[in-house]
Amino acid sequence: MTAETTSKKFNIDTVANAEATPGQALPWAELGLKENEFQRVEEILGRRPTGAELAMYSVMWSEHCSYKSSKVHLRQFGEKVTDAMKEHLLVGIGENAGVVDIGDGWAVTFKVESHNHPSFVEPYQGAATGVGGIVRDIISMGARPVAVMDPLRFGAIDHPDTARLVHGIVAGIGGYGNSLGLPNIGGEVVFDSVYQGNPLVNALAVGVLRHEDIRLANASGAGNKVVLFGARTGGDGIGGASVLASESFDDAKPSKRPAVQVGDPFAEKVLIECCLELFKASVVEGIQDLGAAGISCATSELASNGDGGMHVELTNVLLRDPSLTPGEILMSESQERMMAVVTPENVSAFEAIMDKWAVEYSWLGEVTDTGRLIIEWDGEKIVDVDPRTVAHEGPVYERPYHRPEWLDGVQADTFAHERPADLREAVLELMASPNMCAKNWVTDQYDRYVQGNTALAMPDDAGVIRVDEETGLGVAISTDANGRYSYLNPYEGARLALAEAYRNVATSGAEPLAVTDCLNFGSPEDPEVMWQFAESVRGLADACQELGVPVTGGNVSLYNQTGGVAIHPTPVVGVLGVFDDVARRTPSGWREDGQAVYLLGTTANELEGSEWANLRGHLGGQPPALDLAAEKTLAAILVNCSRDGMIDAAHDLSEGGLAAGLSEMALRFGVGARIGLDELCERDGIDAFTALFSESQARAVVSVPRSEEVRFNDMCTARNFPTLRIGVVDTENQALDVQGYFTLPLDQLREAHEGTLPKHFG
Amino acid sequence: MTTSNIETPLIGGPQPLASNNEDSPLNGVKVGVVTFPGSLDDRDAVRAVRLAGGSAVHLWHGDHSLQDVDAVIIPGGFSYGDYLRAGAISRFAPLMEQITAAASGGADALPVLGICNGFQVLTEAHLLPGSMIKNNHLHFICRDQRLRVENNGTFWTSEYADGEELVIPLKNQDGQFVADNRTLDELEGEGRVVFRYVDGNPNGSRRDIAGISNAAGNVVGLMPHPEHAVEAGFGPDSSARGEVEVRGGTDGLGIFTSVLKKLVG
Repeated sequence: MTAETTSKKFNIDTVANAEATPGQALPWAELGLKENEFQRVEEILGRRPTGAELAMYSVMWSEHCSYKSSKVHLRQFGEKVTDAMKEHLLVGIGENAGVVDIGDGWAVTFKVESHNHPSFVEPYQGAATGVGGIVRDIISMGARPVAVMDPLRFGAIDHPDTARLVHGIVAGIGGYGNSLGLPNIGGEVVFDSVYQGNPLVNALAVGVLRHEDIRLANASGAGNKVVLFGARTGGDGIGGASVLASESFDDAKPSKRPAVQVGDPFAEKVLIECCLELFKASVVEGIQDLGAAGISCATSELASNGDGGMHVELTNVLLRDPSLTPGEILMSESQERMMAVVTPENVSAFEAIMDKWAVEYSWLGEVTDTGRLIIEWDGEKIVDVDPRTVAHEGPVYERPYHRPEWLDGVQADTFAHERPADLREAVLELMASPNMCAKNWVTDQYDRYVQGNTALAMPDDAGVIRVDEETGLGVAISTDANGRYSYLNPYEGARLALAEAYRNVATSGAEPLAVTDCLNFGSPEDPEVMWQFAESVRGLADACQELGVPVTGGNVSLYNQTGGVAIHPTPVVGVLGVFDDVARRTPSGWREDGQAVYLLGTTANELEGSEWANLRGHLGGQPPALDLAAEKTLAAILVNCSRDGMIDAAHDLSEGGLAAGLSEMALRFGVGARIGLDELCERDGIDAFTALFSESQARAVVSVPRSEEVRFNDMCTARNFPTLRIGVVDTENQALDVQGYFTLPLDQLREAHEGTLPKHFG
Repeated sequence: MTTSNIETPLIGGPQPLASNNEDSPLNGVKVGVVTFPGSLDDRDAVRAVRLAGGSAVHLWHGDHSLQDVDAVIIPGGFSYGDYLRAGAISRFAPLMEQITAAASGGADALPVLGICNGFQVLTEAHLLPGSMIKNNHLHFICRDQRLRVENNGTFWTSEYADGEELVIPLKNQDGQFVADNRTLDELEGEGRVVFRYVDGNPNGSRRDIAGISNAAGNVVGLMPHPEHAVEAGFGPDSSARGEVEVRGGTDGLGIFTSVLKKLVG
């Protein structure tokens, strides 16, 4: 199959032309390059860039693709990794996604990415293509995608624009993910006015593969063919489109093109199956998905990761719109496309698989050993670069940063509001609040069943997926972040996010193994934001080292800032854990009458940054104290309890404290409990309100069958971890009974908890 | 698009699927599961057949042979992206011609089950009457749904008691069953309403209809997904018979054992 060569002839800016016209003005500033960056491009090339080269450099050197502001900090994720942490790491940072060994020859690849800005502009397509992009990263590693999760943050729940975003984003994630046949097994939904103009739409995907099936993005072997397949290339997702349009000499073409990509989930589903068949037949040498920066990124990355050279004829690209210029074709971010390197012997086998799945493809050129990436247009050279200078040797900035002066004042502003007189009303208010309310309205729009391997999903602590049907081997994943904690103390906030995700995974019974992160921040050009970023990375890298779980990959999203106001620093952390058998996963709700309810960990007066303080409009002080050694011990206890069948339910305590934990455990299966707080208050020196609403870390509530109580207590004592029996599961009363304070019928609690999202969003 | 490759839907990812159980007295029954581009629950239907004791066979939409299967399942998903109309393109697949011919026969007509998108394909192929339109609330919905078996005389429901209730996951965007009143009266009168939603109609379906059959009872279509309630640990949280272990509901298994037992005689 060959592309119909476009009849349209552009006035092409060739390399020869660039050499002949050194003084020609180029729109580098409009394409987002700084003057020094443009000068560097000229230095690298020893001449001015052609229009096509300029397009490539500008998009590949953008913050999004080059990590130029964050790189110097992100190095810590590599530097702070010990050999022991690398034990399970098959592929680390730098590839499309990290790959982790989970045993028995199985591996898992997972990654979280942002699609924040597009989702604000066009919520449905922005969120949909966010799912599509991360799923293609997973396919590129050679894996079958098996699940997705979506951590979401919106502005105030009652702001007039929030409903537009919630409806569009949730429908977009569902519309795309459901059509791919990927269960959506968890995530987060947070409302806070700081995200009003900058909603955060992060998307995580997980894939499964055998060790020997790992595929990497590189183009090796001179003479091997380069092929582009999947959807055709269109004018969608071109960053500096208006500028490029002005570069064109054809007035008839559309002058503005949408900067948001449009997704076609059916094309992606077919692409998944077709890629897996290519892998199985071993007909591709290297593969790369086309995401940000499209063909610019794929050609330069494939070439520079392999033998270093590639020769491409750009008129071979199959187009949706024949009026696209070479620069636009190079920058287009049309979805559902992949690029692969195929040996000449495998060309016909490759084509047979494409034909079977009715996927379009075109042979663009071949791998060379010249060390140059040469792109031609109708035989005329329009790009002649060292691909490494495009893909890997972009600018790196040591952006100035400093601690914000306002932070001292914020941290000194402790929470001193009066305690609520009626704890029953306070619990109802908390559980109905936007951040603590039930998220069924969202998760019911996602398929959690497809593939038949979902062992736990929302609202349990972690999503759990079976990998091997014969043994029950599987994985658990949880994502967490608390922007308020990070605002109060970015170093501790990032550590707290990791601790919570780690705790959630352990609460489900899985052994935490690896980390992915999506670092959402404001503008790196603001030294105070840059400080928040630097502190968060330092905190996360330190905490990963202390917990012994490596970062395997992720994404940085900067410029989440509108009108000079940045979002709270929001480092979303995803932790992956492994189960030898998912049959032993621990659900988050009570079921059996008479089981003992235990609180693990101690509670201090830590209300600063809490959901309760948030409900009272207060944000000040320091976030809860973090003790990673205690987190490690707690996780070990929870995993052992699951392994040895000592507990029947477990739920971690985090936002909303014990009040939220008990309420959620009761509502999970509609089974209540009788709880006493007196002993806890006495032991920890706190009042009942603090016991219920404090967000002290390293805590969990579990239910223990009577027959296991001695063994359970012995294990906790042996590990010197504080536990307290705080009550008993009660299947009769249909209530959460906190003795001496209140009795809350579950119907009433459920009505409050589940009514909020439908009330706002219909 | 006519290459046959029965391995295809199994490539990559979690493996092995429950294999055909050679000790099962029902394993002589071969049930084909059709994969279209965009089919999603094909692997799950295969698993359900095997867990019920039968032998599952992968069928490719572009093939012209039914490979001597004794029954066919058209699984859920978004075949051809549900573009144009759910099931509207798939009904023209070469294999559908074979299925339509075999299912329309006399006494030994081929038993066919359409689940969700498969149900939509069967209505588009006119093997079943009516049609599915967008849910009345316009959202995709995924929930554990209670159903009542209204007719246990079909090939696919004989293992249930008449009036028995089931809890089975429901997940769809275009699940609202519609037909004109005369057709609906006919379906009711002839006992061809096979499943009905109870405890709330999830999508606005006429007369709470969740599944129907053809006159002979060999072709059944339903919107909920019985193949997602066949294995303890990975099903719904409850069963119509009461509380079960977490995600322990297996009420859907009877649909698959029904056809296997019928065919064994």
